[in-house]
Amino acid sequence: MPKKMHIELTVNGQSHEFLAEPRELLIHTLRERLNLTGPHIGCETSHCGACTVIVNGKSVKSCTMFVAQANGADLTTIEGLGTPDVPHVLQTAFREHHGLQCGFCTPGMITRASKLLEENPNPTEEEIRFGMAGNLCRCTGYQNIVKSILAAASELNAAKEAAE
Amino acid sequence: MNDMTPEREERVAGLKGLGCSRKRVEDARFTQGKGNYVDDLKMPGMLHGDFVRSPYAHARVKSINTEAAMALDGVVAVLTAADLAPLGLHWMPTLAGDKQMVLADGKVLFQGQEVAYVIARDRYIAADAVELVEVEYEELPVLTDPFEALKSDVVLREDLDPAAPGAHGPRKHPNHIFTWEAGDREATEQVLAEADVVAEEMVYYHRTHPCPLETCGCVASMDKVNGKLTLWGTFQAPHAIRTVVSLISGIEEHNIRVISPDIGGGFGNKVGAYAGYVCSVVASIVTGQPVKWVEDRMENLMTTAFARDYWMKGKIAATKEGKITGLWCHTTADHGGFDACADPTKFPAGFMNICTGSYDIPTAYLAVDGVYTNKAPGGVAYRCSFRVTEAAYFIERMIEVLAIELNMDAAELRRINFIRKDQFPYQSALGWEYDSGDYHTAWDKALNAVGYDDLRKEQAERIEAFKRGETRKLLGIGLTHFTEIVGAGPVKNCDILGLGMFDSCEIRIHPTGSAIARLGTISQGQGHATTFAQILASEIGIPADSITVEEGDTDTAPYGLGTYGSRSTPVAGAATAMAGRKIRAKAQMIAAYLLEVHDDDVEFDVDRFVIKGAPERFKTMKEIAFAAYNQAIPGIEPGLEAVSYYDPPNMTYPFGAYICVMEIDVDTGEHQIRQFYALDDCGTRINPMIIEGQVHGGLTEALAIAMGQEIAYDEMGNCKTGTLMDFFLPTAWETPHYTTDHTVTPSPHHPIGAKGVGESPNVGGVPAFSNAVHDAFRAFGLRQSHMPHDHWRIWKIADDLGLHG
Ligand code: FES
Ligand code: FES
Repeated sequence: MPKKMHIELTVNGQSHEFLAEPRELLIHTLRERLNLTGPHIGCETSHCGACTVIVNGKSVKSCTMFVAQANGADLTTIEGLGTPDVPHVLQTAFREHHGLQCGFCTPGMITRASKLLEENPNPTEEEIRFGMAGNLCRCTGYQNIVKSILAAASELNAAKEAAE
Repeated sequence: MNDMTPEREERVAGLKGLGCSRKRVEDARFTQGKGNYVDDLKMPGMLHGDFVRSPYAHARVKSINTEAAMALDGVVAVLTAADLAPLGLHWMPTLAGDKQMVLADGKVLFQGQEVAYVIARDRYIAADAVELVEVEYEELPVLTDPFEALKSDVVLREDLDPAAPGAHGPRKHPNHIFTWEAGDREATEQVLAEADVVAEEMVYYHRTHPCPLETCGCVASMDKVNGKLTLWGTFQAPHAIRTVVSLISGIEEHNIRVISPDIGGGFGNKVGAYAGYVCSVVASIVTGQPVKWVEDRMENLMTTAFARDYWMKGKIAATKEGKITGLWCHTTADHGGFDACADPTKFPAGFMNICTGSYDIPTAYLAVDGVYTNKAPGGVAYRCSFRVTEAAYFIERMIEVLAIELNMDAAELRRINFIRKDQFPYQSALGWEYDSGDYHTAWDKALNAVGYDDLRKEQAERIEAFKRGETRKLLGIGLTHFTEIVGAGPVKNCDILGLGMFDSCEIRIHPTGSAIARLGTISQGQGHATTFAQILASEIGIPADSITVEEGDTDTAPYGLGTYGSRSTPVAGAATAMAGRKIRAKAQMIAAYLLEVHDDDVEFDVDRFVIKGAPERFKTMKEIAFAAYNQAIPGIEPGLEAVSYYDPPNMTYPFGAYICVMEIDVDTGEHQIRQFYALDDCGTRINPMIIEGQVHGGLTEALAIAMGQEIAYDEMGNCKTGTLMDFFLPTAWETPHYTTDHTVTPSPHHPIGAKGVGESPNVGGVPAFSNAVHDAFRAFGLRQSHMPHDHWRIWKIADDLGLHG
């Protein structure tokens, strides 16, 4: 068994320090070590996006990243996006527009969408469909996911305008 | 008095009952990442199970050496069939009356079959140990073609006496499972012989897989102190699982508690009982610790629950004018190595005998032969009700082929053959009584909505332009009018493992006027906690927001057969309404007592009982609830509770008209869906928002199946589609925008007239997409080309028709 590595991570603003095998996958670190079970496992091959988190400002599929590769990184998971009292605009929009059914893809979907809206605050429907293509959903047929993201975008933009 | 005054309207709206697009109560936790799925469960001392699986599709297992695996630090045990045999658990019964190996007993029959079960401290060690188990195999000849299998000398199931009948009657060959027949063979053959026109075709519905985003899994925990086994898992039928576990393990049923936590989609995948469950239970009994088993995606696609794989040979007879006179179908059904199909016992081919579809076909005959091959077992209803998808695809292709034969417009051919509104209840030639329908209205609405005549003109112009060399794109118009049969079902003819397919609801009204309802079903994304509360709200006048709906815990919920085959609304939804009516009946007596009048002098009005003719004198349900708990009412027991076990008198028959307009690039085989219109009639609509969501999702699964998704094997029996790289799940980018529409023809026998909707879009969607592909090439002579219509296969159609010059 290879030597364990010393790992430091910041997840949702909280810092963690531990020893881990170099082969430990980031998704397992989050789910099993840190009890952040929002990100899910749907394939472990980078296809479904259920495990999507944000690593140093980028959308990352945490099933195909070793925790060793994330050493020193700053991470955000669905648990860090909003709270039950102050939900993220996307969390509200998904609920408002029926953007989820079984909910299994939802944490990854919303986490990815939050990044998409930073990359492109005014996406067209087509740009959303393209920008979300790394996240699979088996239940919704995407139509209401697209609708939710469009609604969140206009809400965020309206808030920005009001602030300016 | 029942006029809709603004005040009354407000009270109705406040209930958020039937017809309201109520937001889902489930979503708060899911959007926060606070769902509770089986892999999220964590318990002190929990161990992890993992399988050693066969790399071969057909082989003898000569020896298994577990020494090296056992020597690995952190490995607790390695189970093989030899360990399970003394307990009689090396085989388990299937839902179809067959039996299946839990762990390889001397041989394996499909690639990926479970050979040994490793139990270890964590999932990494378990995976390492799986690699260390040495298995010696001797390869055997492989059968992947059901037609070959029926001729071959290679016997797959050596455990079965070839001369003895199977669970569904005599077997004709060692690899034959059953023959199932419906209708009148002789009469049908006579109609075929005398018909003006007979169209004949082989329609293959390929093997695929439900592939929910969450795979199957469980956690078994045997408490040795009190003798109680708790089993959490991705179960679409938790109560049936409890009974099965009890029957095969010998643990008394009251000592077993099965819990389905949140389920990340099911679509039929999570109906069956799998080796992983049995092994985890045994492992927990052996170790006294909780044991988790969660399959990975490859295991999911390769081993648990395929769907379809029906070869349907059809003949359809008609007059010159296009009136259908008879339908004949012979199906060869590839069931894989074990017959583990999830069908009601008396229906080994499910409800395939709904294959006369939406049409008034006076004479018909259906025979289905089930066959063993070296493929994974399963045969689940992937977002459909027991082979209804196969049936709908078959008839909707046969109609198209007949239209070609008659040189007729396929929309018109359908119209002149629809069962008319005045013919309902309609007795079909293959034995069903269709409860209700209005197909002509739905059809005309659909054709008008898409501008059908203009589309046909455009298509004709396109063909001319193509012939002139001005375009390389063809236009396909895919039509479907489907009729489903869901809501299994009446106990007199529907059972699974002898368990009648009723369902149940238990309601308790709390003293302050809120309530909890528990059901025998289990949501996997359908939003039961939202919609069942709506049914109740309208029945008992308590706001949906004040009603908790709970499912999936066999210790608290009443017994029910679970959620699949679109049965929740037709059966458990009916139980909910009936239990609500019992509550209302008692509430009426309490109200009358409180108002000091006779029971018959009060009537229900939205959220209260009022004195007839004096609506200003009333008692609200809230007041009545409180009275039920704080007053001694002569002749009435305290409390306000009810339970209903509902045995439906008939199935329900949702229907719909779908039209797909597709552009096809002849040179690349790529397609683009320009328009998709879906009209559904699911009877009374409980929550339109959720219905539309179900339709979008089902259509996307249909898109996947029709246009690329398959479980494919090579001639060695290797599964070629074991990852999401090879198994097609459409992304948002590939998925079109859908237009939804509806008509409402309530079910006459369902307490609220609802019929179920979740599966309609898959049943109707597949033929709509497939017919669009076929229709694009109709003018060039295409009759039938098998799904999935991926780019290569479409390119091949064009090439075979000589369209590449
Ligand atoms: S689990 Fe990471 S992409 Fe599917
Ligand atoms: S909501 Fe079920 S997978 Fe997306």
